[in-house]
Amino acid sequence: MRTIFFREAIYEALREEMLRDKRVFVIGEDVAEYGGPFKTTKGLLQEFGRERVRNTPISESAIVGAGLGASIVGMRPVIDISYIDFTLCCAEQIVNQVAKIHYMTGGKARPSLVIRTQGGAGRSSAAQHAQSLEALYLHIPGLYIVMPSTPYDAKGLLKAAIRNDNPVMFIEHKLLYNEKGEVPEEEYLIPLGKADVKRAGTDVTVVATSRMVKFALEAAAELEKEGVSAEVIDPRSLVPLDEETILNSVKKTHRLTIVHEACKRGGFGAELAAVAAEKAIEYLDAPIIRVAAEDTPVPFAPVLENFHLPDKNKIVAGVRRVLE
Amino acid sequence: MEKKDYLWLYRKMLEIRRFEEKAAELYLKGELPGFLHSSIGQEAVPVGACSVLRPDDYIISTHRGHGDIIAKGANLNRMMAELYGKRTGYCKGKGGSMHIADLDLGILGAVGVVGSCIPIANGAALAAQMNQTGQVVIAFFGDGASNTGAFHEALNMGATWSLPIVFVCQNNCVGLSTPQCVHQKIKDISVRSAAYDIPGVTVDGMDVLAVRAECKKAVARARSGGGPTLIEAKTYRYLGHFVGEPGTDYRTKEELESWKRKDAIDGYKKRLVQEKIAGEEELTLIEAEVEEAVRKSVQYSLESPDPDPREALEDVYIAG
Repeated sequence: MRTIFFREAIYEALREEMLRDKRVFVIGEDVAEYGGPFKTTKGLLQEFGRERVRNTPISESAIVGAGLGASIVGMRPVIDISYIDFTLCCAEQIVNQVAKIHYMTGGKARPSLVIRTQGGAGRSSAAQHAQSLEALYLHIPGLYIVMPSTPYDAKGLLKAAIRNDNPVMFIEHKLLYNEKGEVPEEEYLIPLGKADVKRAGTDVTVVATSRMVKFALEAAAELEKEGVSAEVIDPRSLVPLDEETILNSVKKTHRLTIVHEACKRGGFGAELAAVAAEKAIEYLDAPIIRVAAEDTPVPFAPVLENFHLPDKNKIVAGVRRVLE
Repeated sequence: MEKKDYLWLYRKMLEIRRFEEKAAELYLKGELPGFLHSSIGQEAVPVGACSVLRPDDYIISTHRGHGDIIAKGANLNRMMAELYGKRTGYCKGKGGSMHIADLDLGILGAVGVVGSCIPIANGAALAAQMNQTGQVVIAFFGDGASNTGAFHEALNMGATWSLPIVFVCQNNCVGLSTPQCVHQKIKDISVRSAAYDIPGVTVDGMDVLAVRAECKKAVARARSGGGPTLIEAKTYRYLGHFVGEPGTDYRTKEELESWKRKDAIDGYKKRLVQEKIAGEEELTLIEAEVEEAVRKSVQYSLESPDPDPREALEDVYIAG
């Protein structure tokens, strides 16, 4: 099978869906000639033209609002907010309008849009360009949240997200764009709300998101040498969450470690830990350990940023704690 | 204009006035949950504006949106039922006064956060432009909204893309409790159109024919690809920010009385009779019909069921 970059997987998904359905269009800052800061939309302008690959002013509220208004009258915009940090500029539109319009109109308005954004640290982008903010949106009923960790998942999930009428926050990671992975030539979709067991195991369940999946797999390989069999699960969608897959794993392994790049306090790990404690306490032989970033803004200097972030060694240490 | 157009304007303004009066009365009796933001006094603006729209054109509105929505053709029964929170309301009781929508009538909804409806209106206009349908959007908002980031972002975007939209500011001289002269330096909000290089005009919002005339030009401009217009209609709300709030902490009785003397409906009725466009009797007949329609909407609501409590869990996400 061919291997392609994560960035190319995103491009292919967008291109295929735009070919398939004329209602799909891309809107955001610098998406046209420039192709976006991570070059995910590069080439779409030449193929689809300026109407459907639309550069905007720096006006996040207007961008999301325009996408919302277009979606409720039948279009399927893929809204590009280049950094998740900037979604805070349009959080009002996302939280008060996009997330709620279907409910408030008694099920009539259908906000068939995707907000593609990216977050994450690891190359000194510093505090305002490196956050992982999925937990903010996790808290808001009405939004789907998808965080792909591989090119294969990215393509299948983005296609599914575009075809889904629910508003989807599609959160990529800036350091995953240049990762390569196997992606079939043939068309495929990945259902939203379905987790993926990335590595089967028996001794501990490790749930990891986005770039942390890679480190969790590295940690699992190292732990294997010590005779520890770790099961690594990638939820892929945080909303809807595939509780069944995760809890079935916990019932099998009796131990749970959760890994995410977002700050520990109030992160997705806190929510998942509560769900597991509520629904599977009798199966757990150890406390639930979260491996997450320090509760600080993301620092600039590499040595500081590395201290801030989880890595393979911290995951190994976290798993060791639940095995004690 | 034909006679029926003149009569439509009268009927619609009266529908809004009577509906809003009845809603306020019911609210003060404790029959309606939540809050009501009454548009009594402002009727001429949405009616004049909507009178030049096609049925497939869109409007978007605000927390003070009952008048806008009625002017676009909303059903009074379903509106009143929504205020009561009944299952038969426009939003199945899920939205309430501030979020009524009817997409079949081109009513994109009322939005409860000041300014936030304007970017959304742009989106519907964008879709119309991309699909070349010829549809036009009117975004209604107030003087308070004209200071929000959303307003400025949306006007810039609408202007830059020549979207088929008309931005109609219902300047009722106050944002909640803050008079216009305290919340902005400019006197006429229409001057802000220059910042976006689009036409801007101020119109007497108590004169339904004047509003109609300006909106007609702006809608034609939008429909033919000429881009947006900023129309500022000077108007006044007779009641406070919400029903039950007297509005007297921050406005004088003299100011209120001076605007009431210019009442849009009284003034228009006088004009119809004086210019012999309509007779007293046929206007009285319309008044009776409107009263009956409003009374029926209350009856409809009282006879409608509440939603099942478990419906609170439905419509968060879309299945399939």
